[in-house]
Amino acid sequence: MKTPSTHNIESSAATESSYVAPTPGRLFWSFLSIGAFTFGGGYAMLPLIRKSLVAKSKWLRDEEFVDAIAIAQSSPGPIAVNIAVITGYKLSGLQGTLAAVLGATLPSFFILLIVATFFLGIQENRFVRAALTGMRPAIVALMASAVYDVGKNTIKNWRGALLSIAALVLLIPVQLHPVFVIIAAAITGLVLNSSRQAPSYESSQQQSSYNQDSNESRGGNS
Amino acid sequence: MIYTQLFLTFFKIGLFSFGGGYAMLPLIQKEIVTNNSWLNLSQFVDVVAISQVTPGPIAINAATFVGYKMAGIFGSAAATLGVVTPSLIVVLSLTLLFLKYNTLDTVQAAFTGIRPAVVALIAAATWGIMPSSIQSVSSLAISVGAFIAIRRFHLDPIVTLLLAAGLGTVLYS
Repeated sequence: MKTPSTHNIESSAATESSYVAPTPGRLFWSFLSIGAFTFGGGYAMLPLIRKSLVAKSKWLRDEEFVDAIAIAQSSPGPIAVNIAVITGYKLSGLQGTLAAVLGATLPSFFILLIVATFFLGIQENRFVRAALTGMRPAIVALMASAVYDVGKNTIKNWRGALLSIAALVLLIPVQLHPVFVIIAAAITGLVLNSSRQAPSYESSQQQSSYNQDSNESRGGNS
Repeated sequence: MIYTQLFLTFFKIGLFSFGGGYAMLPLIQKEIVTNNSWLNLSQFVDVVAISQVTPGPIAINAATFVGYKMAGIFGSAAATLGVVTPSLIVVLSLTLLFLKYNTLDTVQAAFTGIRPAVVALIAAATWGIMPSSIQSVSSLAISVGAFIAIRRFHLDPIVTLLLAAGLGTVLYS
């Protein structure tokens, strides 16, 4: 695909070497580690998905990641499986989808088989419970960190910030279902942008001429 | 046949439950406990508890467990396949539509509205798990420590989770 130019990447640069193109095999392993290490399901999986697909491998930008979440949330089924379907297809076609879904599903499948066969009382084991009590606050931290990164890279002006706050009010005190929040936000986006010429990021989304403005963008290619 | 029944029931769960995670539990409970009597309520509560201590999507955990209990490994496979298939069909269709039309100005305009809302969605989910996750000074310390480790020292999320689990075992058992 593209060769990334060498430039400073400040955050999450520990593993940064060179861009490796997504293949079904690599997608399988990425989603396997996501499926094996996320407890709690649903949104608790998002930080690991983002770390793997956006920060580490640079296969997706935050905008694309967020678009995938929007589609996943608006569709039936487990969020992690839905995101595996979307990103698998986007990055590597039908084979990519199957590989990603298999990766996201297999750890859960085999671990549950083992538990159902040998460790039926595992949920009462005090060491397991203690480990999880320790893990839960870390999951909060991971999610908060993901909110910060995703917000920084996708909220680009005060209108976006206001929209985000409005959505937060609808979600937490009002308790509106997420799907309705997404629909309301889509309508707001349409109304706000119908009078303007270009939305905040250009329509060359797939051909990807990326800005260098964020320190996690994939690299300067054009 | 039990395999077909498992597949179809979990297909229905996969098709009609929105939101992922715990949002899927009411429908799973209705199908498994009320409609099919595959588990009684206390067994269902056990499955939820097991899902909380095992990794992966909750719906997959439930499918694997119920399938195994009813018809062994092949039952597991049938139920899991059932819960995943609607995602494959529905989400793949939506993705094809999205990739085809996402360069349109209208779609772009809609998504400039959707993106900030998705950030709020993740923030709300984070807010939602806080009360059950942070219940003591030590758990607050783990959370703050993990946040600093991730942001300041770029610690890998999986390593962070494993360290927190180790710390939890020492502190809470």
